[in-house]
Amino acid sequence: MPTVSVKRDLLFQALGRRYTDEEFDELCFEFGLELDEITTEKDIISKEQGDGKAEGASDIILYKIDVPANRYDLLCLEGLVRGLQVFKERIKAPKYKRIIPASGELQRLIITEETAQVRPHAVAAILRNITFSKDRYDSFIDLQEKLHQNICRKRALVAIGTHDLDTVSGPFTYTARPPSEIKFKPLNQAKEYTASEIMDLYRTDSHLRHFLHIIENKPLYPVIYDSNGVVLSMPPIINGDHTKISLNSRNVFVECTATDITKAKIVLDIIVAMFSEYCEKQFTVEAVEVTYPNGKTCIYPELAYRREKVKPDLINKKIGISETPSSLAKLLTRMCLKSHVTGNGNHIEIEIPPTRADIIHACDIIEDAAIAYGYNNIHMTIPKTYTIANQFPLNKLTELLRLDLAAAGFTEALTFALCSQEDIADKLGVDISSTKAVHIANPKTTEFQVARTSLLPGLLKTIAANRKMPLPLKLFEISDIVVKDSTKDVGARNHRHLCAIYYNKNPGFEVIHGLLDRVMQLLAVPPNKENGYLIKATEDSAFFPGRCAEILAKGQSIGKLGVLHPDVITKFELTMPCSALEINIEAFL
Amino acid sequence: MSPTMEADGPALAELLLQRLERAGGGGLCSLEAAAALGLEHQQLVGAVKSLQALGEVIEAEQRSSKRWELTPEGKEIVQEGSHEARVFDSIPAEGLPQSELMKLPSGKVGFSKAMSNKWVRLDKTADGGPRIFRAVESVQDSVREKLQLVQQGEAESLEEKDRNELKKRKLLTEVVIKTYWIQKGRAFSTSVTKQETDLTPEMIASGSWRDLKFKAYNFEALGIMPESGHLHPLLKVRTQFRQIFLEMGFTEMPTNNFIESSFWNFDALFQPQQHPARDQHDTFFLQDPAEATDFPMDYLKRVKKIHSQGGYGSQGYKYDWKLEEARKNILRTHTTAVSARMLYRLAQQEKFTPAKYFSIDRVFRNETLDATHLAEFHQIEGVVADYGLTLGDLMGTLKEFFTKLGITQLRFKPAYNPYTEPSMEVFSYHQGLQKWVEVGNSGVFRPEMLLPMGLPEGVSVIAWGLSLERPTMIKYGINNIRELVGHKVNLQMVYDSPLCRLDA
Repeated sequence: MPTVSVKRDLLFQALGRRYTDEEFDELCFEFGLELDEITTEKDIISKEQGDGKAEGASDIILYKIDVPANRYDLLCLEGLVRGLQVFKERIKAPKYKRIIPASGELQRLIITEETAQVRPHAVAAILRNITFSKDRYDSFIDLQEKLHQNICRKRALVAIGTHDLDTVSGPFTYTARPPSEIKFKPLNQAKEYTASEIMDLYRTDSHLRHFLHIIENKPLYPVIYDSNGVVLSMPPIINGDHTKISLNSRNVFVECTATDITKAKIVLDIIVAMFSEYCEKQFTVEAVEVTYPNGKTCIYPELAYRREKVKPDLINKKIGISETPSSLAKLLTRMCLKSHVTGNGNHIEIEIPPTRADIIHACDIIEDAAIAYGYNNIHMTIPKTYTIANQFPLNKLTELLRLDLAAAGFTEALTFALCSQEDIADKLGVDISSTKAVHIANPKTTEFQVARTSLLPGLLKTIAANRKMPLPLKLFEISDIVVKDSTKDVGARNHRHLCAIYYNKNPGFEVIHGLLDRVMQLLAVPPNKENGYLIKATEDSAFFPGRCAEILAKGQSIGKLGVLHPDVITKFELTMPCSALEINIEAFL
Repeated sequence: MSPTMEADGPALAELLLQRLERAGGGGLCSLEAAAALGLEHQQLVGAVKSLQALGEVIEAEQRSSKRWELTPEGKEIVQEGSHEARVFDSIPAEGLPQSELMKLPSGKVGFSKAMSNKWVRLDKTADGGPRIFRAVESVQDSVREKLQLVQQGEAESLEEKDRNELKKRKLLTEVVIKTYWIQKGRAFSTSVTKQETDLTPEMIASGSWRDLKFKAYNFEALGIMPESGHLHPLLKVRTQFRQIFLEMGFTEMPTNNFIESSFWNFDALFQPQQHPARDQHDTFFLQDPAEATDFPMDYLKRVKKIHSQGGYGSQGYKYDWKLEEARKNILRTHTTAVSARMLYRLAQQEKFTPAKYFSIDRVFRNETLDATHLAEFHQIEGVVADYGLTLGDLMGTLKEFFTKLGITQLRFKPAYNPYTEPSMEVFSYHQGLQKWVEVGNSGVFRPEMLLPMGLPEGVSVIAWGLSLERPTMIKYGINNIRELVGHKVNLQMVYDSPLCRLDA
């Protein structure tokens, strides 16, 4: 969930009233936001870097507000204020308008075909006669950062560039060139670098290094030039210094390059919708014509309003309320979804603004009606759905066995399903290739290399972590292990295992053997060859030679028991003899 | 206790009783009695305790008194004289070189004290280096005399400033002694009758129990814990949650498949392929088996369409949906993947029948680990599918569910989940923390998830989820999740954990 940090006093000033922290928290809750933290820059720095570094930092109170991940229209102070003011019916939602300059001449962005290999899409727009202040400028930069981190997927899908239009002259060309042929002065740098040098320059940059991989191994890098060959930006890495925006910039050229055109359009709409508030003609945005390699042209930003019709009855039924159509229309209007009743009251027509790309289905509209109505005002009911409950048979058996294993004096452990290769292979004296273990591709540590194929390592580790406890230690676990199985759609399956272990100064084989007999007694399986169970000498690298037996029940091998091999005991950092039992219980369903 | 002491016990107890008899109506101090009998105090205390165990033979009131004792160094001084006196004694008439004097055991301490007492003088200009001479004819070793008084138990006759001075020199120390003030009890007698420890079969057979005296039990001591196995607290809580769902008529889903395809875990839930949850940083992908092979192809095509083009009244996400992304195997990130399989199966029935499902099982996240987050945890999930379910039904169901957990004060916050709309986070008021805390997440499954499965248009599916670990940690007061889950568990905690009664 993205967190937006806004200055409290600036927020209250824009909202036209002050709130106590509790009141504001309450408002957020109702609207689906979360006032996550109240802090100051000084607090943040001193928390992260120590008190010393915080000296002289700002004491201005900041509200950190968690915003739902699909509400890009609430990612900056401007959007938050607009959303809340409309919600509280203090203002009407503005109507965003795309305009053509008086001259009729549009700025143009021409996309060349080389971009197809690396980053094929671009959209653009112009904020004309905008007035920045320090706070507005900071918010403008911050919104781009928030969008980059969220909908733009760390610039992989969309990258935003904003430029002082008065420093360059169109038409602009979006193309892709070999890195050696691109040379310019990157933002806030003192000299020119080639694209390859730029990549090296930012390899250690705490912020930019995370984006280098997006184009690094491509033969061509994307780049935007003006008609004089001035570099505006090399997306998705860095803008040129030449077109840098200042507090005095009056005309801002916004471009978004992308691998996902839908998201590029959304991002452009959001930026211009939010900041057109500060344009001379409020909420208007100057269009840019984009020409594709095939000669087709499009005008951006789209700033499209979509109309949806929803039956009031459906809204009421889905929420469980009974509001009149006009009251529902009013509720929706408070959510920036301008609505009115049409026909003879059978429909509500809703205008979805370009800022609400999250509204893709009637259910999204219904949710907004419910939020405006107030979730906590909805009358709670119990569904009349009549069903008979059933337990999952394997879990039912597991529950029954757990109780009786505890009654037999064994204590239940709960160990991890993921472990290291070493745990299930080397430490048990087998080669990893002979296990049917599933392997994890991206483990952050060795603890998550494989899914366990046996419960035994987990129990041995549990004992190792509890060596101070009085002996004997008697543990069990009934849980799932995972093995590859090509007959399953995903190529792997779980098995429900029962594992028990006895750790003492003597091996206690008879204790573990007795537990097996007890388990079989509980399962009503008699000790005989024909229809019952028996154990038969076998060898297994995890067990001491001559002290291991295979367990056969219902005509199949279900597991093993025996005295653990001293090497196994040592590898799990244990010192006492130990006997163990592990069986698959699925045969007893 | 040694066997001889054991044998001495009763005799000593009788000696004490006789002394008490002689004391008439008064009482005895255990410390004085021990001194008078020439015993260690501790031995006498033993006798007092054994008499107390007999019932009301004596009354003993515990008192604590302070006493001055000599330190080992103090005792040495009583034997050998103070350091300064020893220095004085060791200096012959012709004096002693300072370097020689310093080699003596008492040299350093004794010299400075003797100097400040003006018992000796130092001649720095003497031939062969500084030399010490006696400055007086004879000395009175008052330190030794004072310590002798203490040894004789007459520390009180010393002046306080002297005592403090000696304490400062670490020659004296004040010790607190627990003593008893012993008086005759109601059943006082000078002889000790042997008391039986416990009833035996022979006593019952012979009836001898009628004439015997029995030792009193100490009801303040704890009993012996029964030997037994123990259930794990997290799984005790799991049992209770299962019970609650079963009471509410929910059927358990088969969640015994930790490995899931991205298709069922994400795509089927209308979670777009670029969603951050599908990132390497959040999800464990499999290297082997890397891909799922088998999908219901008709359904898969409908899923592809709803993502890339929309449909069923939805705009869709309008992106290039790729089969290879959907094929990628992962460790399931939520049990909702199983719910999706169950709802798909439900949709394949000839005629739709309402369903209520639940599950409690492991899920996996490739997250950064801390005191409350592990790479695997248990998700609790409830799902209801029926015609015409409302948001009010979801809230009502949640209210019933949480009431069974003993949580009655609920409130709902609008939220965002990729596969539910409307979505609501569930908060409850925590009395201890004095604030609203999130206890679960819930919502109505999106039509983009349900309709491609083939569920009828009017069917709504409401669902909610929470973790099993969080309520367990709160219930059992555990702050670090590693003490609860995994091999680093504290077994003593498992042994000691009480029943799980969620509504108590």
